[in-house]
Amino acid sequence: MDAAAFIAAISAALPGAGLEDGQGVDQPTLVVPRDRLVEVCEALRDQPALRFDVLADMTAVDWWPREPRYTVVYHLLSTVNRLRLRLEVALDGADAHVPTVRRTWASAGWLEREVWDLFGIVFDGHGDLRRLLMPEDWEGHPLRKDYPVQISMKPKVYAPLQVTEEEFHSQIEKDRTVRGGTGLERGRERS
Amino acid sequence: MAELRTETMTVNMGPQHPSTHGVLRLVLQLDGETVVSVQPTIGYLHTGIEKTAEEKKYQQVIPLVERMDYLSSHSNSLGFALSVEKLLGLEMPRRVQDIRVLLAELQRLNSHLVWLGTHGMELGAVSIMLYTFRERELLLDVNELIAGFRMFPSYIRVGGLREDLPPGFHESVARILDLLPGKIEEYEDLLTHNEIFRKRTRGVGVISGASALSYGLVGPIARGAGVPYDVRKAFPYCGYETYQFDVPVGTRGDVYDRYLVRIEEMRQSIRICRQALERIPPKGEWAVDDPRVVPPPKDRVYTEMEALILHFLLYSQGFLVPRGEAYVPVEGPRGEHGCYVVSDGGNRPWRIKMRSPSMLACQALHEMIVGGMIADVIAVIGSIDVVMGDVDR
Repeated sequence: MDAAAFIAAISAALPGAGLEDGQGVDQPTLVVPRDRLVEVCEALRDQPALRFDVLADMTAVDWWPREPRYTVVYHLLSTVNRLRLRLEVALDGADAHVPTVRRTWASAGWLEREVWDLFGIVFDGHGDLRRLLMPEDWEGHPLRKDYPVQISMKPKVYAPLQVTEEEFHSQIEKDRTVRGGTGLERGRERS
Repeated sequence: MAELRTETMTVNMGPQHPSTHGVLRLVLQLDGETVVSVQPTIGYLHTGIEKTAEEKKYQQVIPLVERMDYLSSHSNSLGFALSVEKLLGLEMPRRVQDIRVLLAELQRLNSHLVWLGTHGMELGAVSIMLYTFRERELLLDVNELIAGFRMFPSYIRVGGLREDLPPGFHESVARILDLLPGKIEEYEDLLTHNEIFRKRTRGVGVISGASALSYGLVGPIARGAGVPYDVRKAFPYCGYETYQFDVPVGTRGDVYDRYLVRIEEMRQSIRICRQALERIPPKGEWAVDDPRVVPPPKDRVYTEMEALILHFLLYSQGFLVPRGEAYVPVEGPRGEHGCYVVSDGGNRPWRIKMRSPSMLACQALHEMIVGGMIADVIAVIGSIDVVMGDVDR
């Protein structure tokens, strides 16, 4: 089944779901509007021709500074019908929350906690959004692209990571100019 | 008569408990010896590999991802390489695919041997550990032979392999494949009909097939509960569809069935290895013929200017991967493994995310533990075969 077939199958049950083809190179990809996500997921799980019984993985991608900033990615698997499907939900940086799919697939419980922990995306109705990988008292969300990774600070007494706003922004600028562009372009710039 | 005072007791297990396979911490609520609730805490081994990988060139990511699930380094690097190759649109030569299959299956044997040894030891059968680690040493020797590195060979690269197979590879693998079936019989003699082992494992840590799928435990755990799903059969990669092998399936979903499934998987892996070894010629292609990704052979680098420049560019600047995203699943020893790779068109991944079967297994622990005895907690943790490096990444 390709993306168009999936859209047709879901639209039969959910008219006006607003699904779009995400043009996946490896597996069919659908872009789902945020407010229809749970309905679409339940339809995908319950329709006999689809039966996506496993949420294999979910994660997020930060496209900072581009807007919409975040993409939440769900990898679905149907063990019965041997199908794979990727769902994507685009989120604005200022409005980064998405409904939970924990009631649909139990595996979403920790996966959503991990995404909240590392990206700061809120899952509405999750009920147990705590740090999963980072320590409980950690500040910030490390997998965000504007999170300072290579700030060199002198070792001092134990205190939470603290930088001034100026340090933070200058470091991000530095990171971006070092990382921005492709390797070949950067090589040309250097020469 | 005075009324008996009863209350539940909270017990902290780990993170330094030897049977938690690393640094898993469980907070158990006990009513007598019965577990009432369990609260797993993970993250003690979180090293931010996914964040680090965003700063590395594609080929440099391979050694990083191998250190996630440190008992199945080949399946980590294979998952990553397949995803990147998907984005690049590369098709591997037949011989490279067969070598990758052979290495992945040897890795599965390796990982299952560690699992069997530690699982048996935790349940009181200490001697089995000595035997399985003895045989595992031979498999590590193969890694050393091909790459000089026993745990993290980084032999599977984007675009093929690091170099051609060394002389003597076929003989040493064939020797192991001849030896192992008899050894697996020995392990089974020690455990399968051992009354103590059966009493400790049968009917313990039961999870239903539907529940296992809902928690995403596709792999030996779901197969132990009767779900005949295997990535190698359902979504074949590296030419697995051309190999003859069976997918063992259990019925009860308890610790004992998961044990039987993994033992049978080892036999099937040996079967696949034999077929792969027969197909691999001792000399031949070991990488795809694509100058974008694979450097020219050394004799050309030393004699031709263009080849030298190409070699230098590949190692200093890496290669560009077209914009897009890919996730290619592989069947690792612990279940479906795979790496989700997002590229922005540059020479470094914009984002990678390794699917972690161990983390999902930790999440489902309460399904298997609650209602059982505290002594069975150890049996269950052993049977789900978690690797904390894979859980915390």
